[in-house]
Amino acid sequence: MLTVSALSRPELGRRLAHGGILLRTGSFVTSVISPIPHLADGIALLYADYPLAEPGGFADFHLHFEQGAGLRRWFRPQVHFNYDGLAPFDPLPVDQVFPMFEWTMNWCVSSRAHRYLLIHAAVVEKDSVAVVLPAPPGSGKSTLCAALVCSGWRLLSDELALVRLGSGELVPLPRPVSLKNASIGVLRGFAPQAVFSREVADTVKGTIAHMKPPADSIARAAEPARPAYIVFPKYEAGAAPRLAPIAPARAFMRVAENAFNYSVLGAEGFHALAGLIEASQCFDFSYSKLDDAIAQFAALARRAP
Amino acid sequence: MSAAPLILQAFREPGRIDRFSLADWTLLLRQAAIANLTACLYYLAEEHAMLERIPAEAREHLDWSRALGERHAQAVRFEIREIGRALADTGVPLVFLKGAAYALAQLPPARGRLFSDIDILVPKERLGEVESALMLHGWAGNHLDEYDQRYYREWMHEIPPMQHMRRQSLIDVHHAILPETSAARPDPARLRAAATPVEGAGGAAVFAPEDMVLHSAVHLFYDGELDHGLRDLLDIHRLLLRFGAAPGFWDRLPRRAAELELGRPLFYALRYARELLHTPVPAAALAAAHAGAPNPLLLALMDQLFRRALLPTHASCADRFTGSARLLLYIRANWLRMPPLLLARHLFHKAFITPRDKQRAETDKPF
Repeated sequence: MLTVSALSRPELGRRLAHGGILLRTGSFVTSVISPIPHLADGIALLYADYPLAEPGGFADFHLHFEQGAGLRRWFRPQVHFNYDGLAPFDPLPVDQVFPMFEWTMNWCVSSRAHRYLLIHAAVVEKDSVAVVLPAPPGSGKSTLCAALVCSGWRLLSDELALVRLGSGELVPLPRPVSLKNASIGVLRGFAPQAVFSREVADTVKGTIAHMKPPADSIARAAEPARPAYIVFPKYEAGAAPRLAPIAPARAFMRVAENAFNYSVLGAEGFHALAGLIEASQCFDFSYSKLDDAIAQFAALARRAP
Repeated sequence: MSAAPLILQAFREPGRIDRFSLADWTLLLRQAAIANLTACLYYLAEEHAMLERIPAEAREHLDWSRALGERHAQAVRFEIREIGRALADTGVPLVFLKGAAYALAQLPPARGRLFSDIDILVPKERLGEVESALMLHGWAGNHLDEYDQRYYREWMHEIPPMQHMRRQSLIDVHHAILPETSAARPDPARLRAAATPVEGAGGAAVFAPEDMVLHSAVHLFYDGELDHGLRDLLDIHRLLLRFGAAPGFWDRLPRRAAELELGRPLFYALRYARELLHTPVPAAALAAAHAGAPNPLLLALMDQLFRRALLPTHASCADRFTGSARLLLYIRANWLRMPPLLLARHLFHKAFITPRDKQRAETDKPF
């Protein structure tokens, strides 16, 4: 199958600007149209290993990023996001087009794909043991997730855990891992071989960079996993690694708080979440050093039932 | 002329949507999404046993929208119950309108129809009672300025929208189906007198079949906001398919339209439902409804406007005149609502006074 890397950078730019590309991420196909070079750069770098669907084929989502017209082209240029004729978000400085692209890719799924229970969580897997890492903001979930996938864990998802209704399987949606502020430097130190996007400063979330997922995770994007653990990570400066069990009822409520569409799904959402909790052992995990965390997760993978 | 937009083809012949290719579905789903009709498409496919015959990629999107449809239906049932409860002590005769009425009476347009507010009709002399009862049960008026308050209370057929403080749900309380200031003013007492109570709804009623069709037509053809034009035309189409099977309906419909001075909207409704959705209408009913037709010159213009503005607002359904058609219909709708001087004053206020007051309010903030 044709991947983004098969296109030269000028060819990718041309296709994005004229007619767009059909980018396959997990089980979704997104049509992306944009003449903005920063976006083409980001896609060329971080999506090199992703498959492209045949032009003219089926697309689930339709994204269009364009630079504003008029004086704004010269004075603090902005990027306008357009979803098939609708403009659901305010424009941003054009420098932020790649983070904006990543956010809108998440939004497409989180606001529409209601055949999944959609949880704001990272998902990683090793030796058929999948761990869901739900993410209250500031927990350091993405940092831990990035470190794990640089240490042999498969990335299923950084932002969106997809629990298929009915089967209860975790369906992969491996996409670049979003890192903020100090985490960017931490990860560059932890995994010097990893590929990072250009850092974008002054976004609403501070400075943002994205890390390219391992090629193996992308290649195995059609392979679902069964949940074994739910771990709420918490970075605490100077803390020794500590794993504390959470009662299932409490874990249920905390995961529900992090779900995007729990109330939309009604009874189906309740059953999906109950199934997830029943299949998983649930823990709070606080840590300060990534190496400690990696060792702890390796132990979890070994002792899984 | 090129083929009709896919979404029209789908709603004309839901039993044949299995002939669409995957490429067709890509475009059809985009048209349906922007017209807010994806969930309708799901239920229509289900009714015609088509779900299993749709390509898996497209079926997945229909399944996503089913979740929204179910959740919405549940929320609407709940709101209807709550409103009934809030007004029970007042003893006010309560009529649900439009989307809420279809849901309450379990009529075909209800399935998959997503809408944002519940509309009710009560006698004008009891508006005060209704408003205070709703406030006691958690609904509050939106923050509107004095002009907006006056606009609603003096000139319109409803009081300012109220929102529930906890659930955020919206309710529009009407005392008529057209503004006080419009030329045609069907008597709400006659509409209420003909309304039929819904079984198990604690005395709440919905309009009689003919009045329900006429109200839907009034709403669509006298209202400037045609973003949901196709959904509203589809309501009319599905109501006509259902009620048209009952004996005498087609005789009563044009007669009732004449009684209520609603011949014009009925004429348009039948014309464009037939043209865009192929709604079957008996020749005799068409002939009777022709009494409401405008002069040929005006009709030629309206055809040009409505044939464009009733389509989804998707690029694939537009030509270079679509934008102008929507704008002209918006102006027309306001024209129909108010006499010219009042309209001029309203537009002046909205263009110059409201933005100025808003700006003052912004600068008056302490930080």
